[in-house]
Amino acid sequence: MRDAPAILPERGLADRLTATFWRHPRLLLILLLAPPLLWLGVVYLGSLAALLLQSFYAIDEFSGVVVPEFTLKTYADLLRAQNLDIILRTLLMASLVTLASALIAFPIAYFAARYARGRWKALFYLGVMLPLWSSYLVKVYAWKLILAREGIITWFADHAGAGPLLARALDEQWFGGSSLSTSPVGTFIVFVYIWMPYMILPMQVALERVPNTMLEASVDLGASRVQTFRTVVLPLALPGIVAGSIFTFSLTLGDYIIPQIIGNSARFIGLAVYQFQGTAGNLPLAAAFAVVPIVIMLVYLAIAKRMGAFDAI
Amino acid sequence: MTPSQTPAVEFRAVSRHFGLVRAVDQVDLSIAEGAFFAMLGPSGSGKTTCLRLISGFDKPTSGQILIHGQDVSDVPPNRRNVNTVFQDYALFPHMTVRDNVAYGLMVKGVDRRTRLDRAEELLTLVKLPGFGDRRPGQLSGGQRQRVALARALINEPRVLLLDEPLGALDLKLREAMQDELKALQKRLGITFVFVTHDQHEALSMADSLAVFSDGKIAQIGTPAEVYDRPKTRFVADFVGSSNVLPPDLTRAFGGPAAWSSLRPEALRLTTAQAPIRGTVTAVRYLGAGSRVTLQVGGTDVAVFVPAGATIPTPGTEAGLSFDPASLHVMAEG
Repeated sequence: MRDAPAILPERGLADRLTATFWRHPRLLLILLLAPPLLWLGVVYLGSLAALLLQSFYAIDEFSGVVVPEFTLKTYADLLRAQNLDIILRTLLMASLVTLASALIAFPIAYFAARYARGRWKALFYLGVMLPLWSSYLVKVYAWKLILAREGIITWFADHAGAGPLLARALDEQWFGGSSLSTSPVGTFIVFVYIWMPYMILPMQVALERVPNTMLEASVDLGASRVQTFRTVVLPLALPGIVAGSIFTFSLTLGDYIIPQIIGNSARFIGLAVYQFQGTAGNLPLAAAFAVVPIVIMLVYLAIAKRMGAFDAI
Repeated sequence: MTPSQTPAVEFRAVSRHFGLVRAVDQVDLSIAEGAFFAMLGPSGSGKTTCLRLISGFDKPTSGQILIHGQDVSDVPPNRRNVNTVFQDYALFPHMTVRDNVAYGLMVKGVDRRTRLDRAEELLTLVKLPGFGDRRPGQLSGGQRQRVALARALINEPRVLLLDEPLGALDLKLREAMQDELKALQKRLGITFVFVTHDQHEALSMADSLAVFSDGKIAQIGTPAEVYDRPKTRFVADFVGSSNVLPPDLTRAFGGPAAWSSLRPEALRLTTAQAPIRGTVTAVRYLGAGSRVTLQVGGTDVAVFVPAGATIPTPGTEAGLSFDPASLHVMAEG
């Protein structure tokens, strides 16, 4: 052992690279970050800037050509009653979808985080992720059949004697249509189904990070289950709930396929963007519409931050 | 507070099984009111499960638990007048220190003014006055421990449970906290039950202790009793660093043919001509002296040699002498 050298021989390229990175620690960081930063900076932020720019142009109403001059005319258009309607309808739908997703996801996420172990946990992940493996369109069309007048829900309601009740409910102005698959409530159901995994997973991660002793400490100090939930579980899980709601909220704000296939063909923001940039050829208005979800999300995050949603991170 | 006849905590044939594992196996236990009681044992010996049975986080498979004479089998943890200092402190990270301490009063519906005043009093008691506005994340380990203590005391529990309370602290802080906990317990007169795997901690803090082994209590007694007169080999081995002598060696040492224990500090090294002698195999320096290990007839025997005395070198022969009265013959093997 005494004859062993103090410095071991270099074995090749890998050792030389290791030495270079050891001497210049920043080099590795730069190499790792450069590609994603370029992607984010040029492709993503660049197109976002282009989008913003477009929204400050307007089309010439006679020729239908985009006039590349700064104007707020397009935003004024956005606030016209029929366009404002689209925004408010989308906002209401996204809020309801988020709320329903949170309510349904919480017990599932809670079970997975606190009780499921081993095989049950695997089953949970499989159950939540499995729907994500099949095509979005397949799922939406499957729901169209489920919700159709000839579908299983109507069939079940008829056989359970609730057929007239369902028919009455569908007669309601704000809610109904000729069948569930052509009603706003159908759109709502499918949105909740499609985005549910995006709510469950972050919630489960957040709940898993709440140590068991924290809950025991609360109960130990005399808190009831409800008090423990309100004062310990909920505040500590809030970042996860907010993360999940960002997904369900923004995905609903931007989706343009579900409202086309299911519902009463009332327009949502995504659909409006799709139509204005396509058949209508009004690129500035489409851009202005696309800015709306971004603004809404920024406001939403600001409120969440103000409420302390990120304090426990 | 004068201790009454009713024990603060009583176990009657309590068992807790996890599947086939008997974490707690037919334990009978009685903890006097106002005692500083230690549950000592290696990990997996059932001591922490016993603590969780008292707090109500776990339910016994069979048997009965009484707190101040009342059967608590059917009482959920939030209604037991018992509070816990958790090993990881379990402070709420989203609340200030003051709100953490006041939590027990908050869930009881005590008004804000009163509970925050009371929290400040308790923070003063644990020597953290003025720390109320901080977050637990901004405190050191020792400070968090004090906050956990204050939080557990605000409800004025009749029994305070401490789960490895000093386990996460460094040596110096741990020793200081031992004295403080002891003084605090005297001052408040509350029954303290603490779980530890550290025999020094148990011996120095408790008025009485139970040594756990494989879900059973191996011995209950005062620290002096348990230290000087261990009932079993396990206790002799675990509580302190006693020599455990097999029957033949006990006889060679002048006792009956039974297992016995002999403290290293009761032994002295003499010349190699003594009737009992062995070969020195190891020497460990301890500061206040050295621990010299000799091989005597196939058994390792440790001798504590105070500082200043001559230390033999490993490999040499040395003789042993001792006071025969210090040889403790154990009832069980």
